[in-house]
Amino acid sequence: MEILMSIIIGILFTSATYLMLSKSILRIIIGTGLLSHGIHLLLLTMGGLKKGASPLLGQHASSYSDPLPQALILTAIVISFGVTSFFLVLAYRTYQELGTDNLEKLRGKKEHE
Amino acid sequence: MSNISIFPIIIPFFTGILLIFFHKHIIIQRLVSTVSLIVAIITSLFLIAAVKKAGVQTLNLSNWEAPFGITLVSDMLSALLVLTTNIVALCCILYSFKGIDQDRESYFYYSLIQFLLVGVIGAFSTGDIFNLFVFFEVMLMSSYALLVIGGTKVQLRETVKYILVNIISSGLFVTTVGYLYSVVGTLNMAHISERLSEVENSGILTVIAVLFLIVFGLKGALFPLFFWMPGSYYAAPIPILALFGALLTKVGVYSIARTFTLFFSTNEYIFTILSILSLITIVLGVIGALAYYDIKKIIIYNILTAVGVILYGVAAFTENSLIGALFYLMHDMIIKTALFLLIGAIFAASGTFHLSKMGGLLSSHPALAWTFFIAAISLAGIPPLSGFIGKLMIIQGGFEKHDYYGSFIVLISSLFVLLSVIKIFIKAFWGTETKTKKPSIKALLCPSIILVCLSFFIGIFSESIYPYISLATETLLHPTNYIEAVLKE
Repeated sequence: MEILMSIIIGILFTSATYLMLSKSILRIIIGTGLLSHGIHLLLLTMGGLKKGASPLLGQHASSYSDPLPQALILTAIVISFGVTSFFLVLAYRTYQELGTDNLEKLRGKKEHE
Repeated sequence: MSNISIFPIIIPFFTGILLIFFHKHIIIQRLVSTVSLIVAIITSLFLIAAVKKAGVQTLNLSNWEAPFGITLVSDMLSALLVLTTNIVALCCILYSFKGIDQDRESYFYYSLIQFLLVGVIGAFSTGDIFNLFVFFEVMLMSSYALLVIGGTKVQLRETVKYILVNIISSGLFVTTVGYLYSVVGTLNMAHISERLSEVENSGILTVIAVLFLIVFGLKGALFPLFFWMPGSYYAAPIPILALFGALLTKVGVYSIARTFTLFFSTNEYIFTILSILSLITIVLGVIGALAYYDIKKIIIYNILTAVGVILYGVAAFTENSLIGALFYLMHDMIIKTALFLLIGAIFAASGTFHLSKMGGLLSSHPALAWTFFIAAISLAGIPPLSGFIGKLMIIQGGFEKHDYYGSFIVLISSLFVLLSVIKIFIKAFWGTETKTKKPSIKALLCPSIILVCLSFFIGIFSESIYPYISLATETLLHPTNYIEAVLKE
C-alpha cells in the first residue's frame, strides 16, 4: 500500500513541478495546490498505513491508526489554504494592476519605479 | 520551570490582536506598539538573567511531559536572539513614525509587525520541529502582507515571486518533517536528537540533513538558493526592508545552527557541504555588493556575505568559531538594521538611491555622514567596533581546523565589504552638493544612532558580554545539555 501511495505522491510532485515551471500565474497556483496535496498525502503515508480503527476512543478497538500525522496534516491544510487564498487574491490584484498573467512579462525594468 | 520563556511570544501576539481594533487611530497604534516592545525588551532581559542563573529554561505547554507535548526551550542562544530581535524591531518602529506613509500605517502595518515578531521569536524559542514550521508560517504570512502592503506595481510583482519561493520551501519543510517522523517517530527536537544518535551510520539521515539544508538555505539565502532575495527585498519600503534584512534570513541561519548541531553533529559530510556553500555565498555577496551603484542593492548583497560568514563559523564547529558566529550574528542583526535605516535617511536627504546622482551630503547632514561612517567600518570589522570580535574568532576557529583557504576568503571578504560601503560614503557624502533643498531628517536618524551606539558598546564591552555568548555555545557544542534539560533525565 505504501509503495502505491509513494508512486501517486511522486506523480503529484512531478505534475506540480511541471505546472510551476510554466508561464501563467494560474497554472503556477494550480501547481502549488497539487504540491500541497502531495505533501499531505506524504505525511499520511509516512505515519504508516497499517490497518486500525479511526482514532476515536469510543470505538473500543484493539489498535488505532496513528493520530499524530492526522493532526499535522490538518494544521498543514489550513495553513496552505490561507496561503493559497492570499496568493489567489494577489494574482488577481497583479492582473488588475499590471495587466498580464504572464510571468515572463513580470520582469523588473532597468530604471526601477 | 517557569513561565518566563513564553512571555516574549505572547506579548507581541496580544499587542497585534489589540492593534487590529484601532487600525484607524495612528497615534494609539504607535504608542501601543512602542510600549509593548519596551516591555518585551525588559522581559527578554529577565529571561537572559533567568537562563544565566538557572540554566536552560524549558516550559512544557499544558503540563504534558516532554516528548508528548510541545516544549518551549530558551537556552542562552535563543534568549540573546530574542533580545536582539526586540531591539531591532523597536528601532524599526521608531523609524516608521516618519519613514512610512499614513496610508500604510492605517492598514494594519503595526499589527503585521507584531505578528512577524511572534513568528520570529517563536521560531527562536520552540523545541518542537513541527511547531517550528508553524512559527515559520506565522512569520512568512506576515512578511507576505508586509511586502505587498501599499500595493505598488513593483511590490505586487516581487511578492508573487517571493510567495512562490516560500510556498515551495515550506512544502519541502513539511516533506522533510514527514521523512524524519517516519525514521524516528517523534517531533520533539531533543527526543529526535536522542533517537538519531541510536540510528547512527544510516544513509537516510544524510539525505534528511541535505533536505534540511535546502529548506533553511532557501529561508536564509544560502548559495545557490539566494536568487529570490535581491529582487524581493528591493521592493519593500525601508523600515520593512530593515526588519526583513535583520530578522528573516537570520531565522534560517539560526535553524541551520540549531538542527545541525542538535541532529547531525557527528556527520562530517554535511558540515563540509555547509562550509563550501557558505564560502561561495560570501564570494557572491561580495561580487554583488561591488557590482551595483544602487545603495539599497549594495546593502542587500551585504546580507549574503554576512549569512555566509556566520554559517562558515557554524560549519567549522569549534568552540571559538561558534562563539564568533554568535557574536557576528548579533552584531549583524543590529548593524544591518542601522545601515538600512541610514540609507532610508540618505534617500530622504538626497531624493535618490543611485550613487551617481548624489553627492556632498557631508556639508548639509554631518550627523548622518558620521553615523553612516561608523556603521560602515563596524560592518567591515574595524577593531573598536562590534564586527571585529566575531570575525576574529571565526577566523581563529577556521585556523584551528586548518582550513586556511576558508579563513583567507573570510578575511579578504572584509576588505571588499569595506570597499562597497566606503564607496557609498565617498560618492554620497564627499564632492559637491547636487541639491539645494535641505530636508530635515532628525526623526529618521535617531533610531540608527541608537543602534550604532549599541554596536559600539558591544565592541567596547565585548569582555562583559563574552560569558553570555560562551554559555550560548555550550548547548550547541554539547547537545546532551539541551536533551537533559528538555527530557529531564
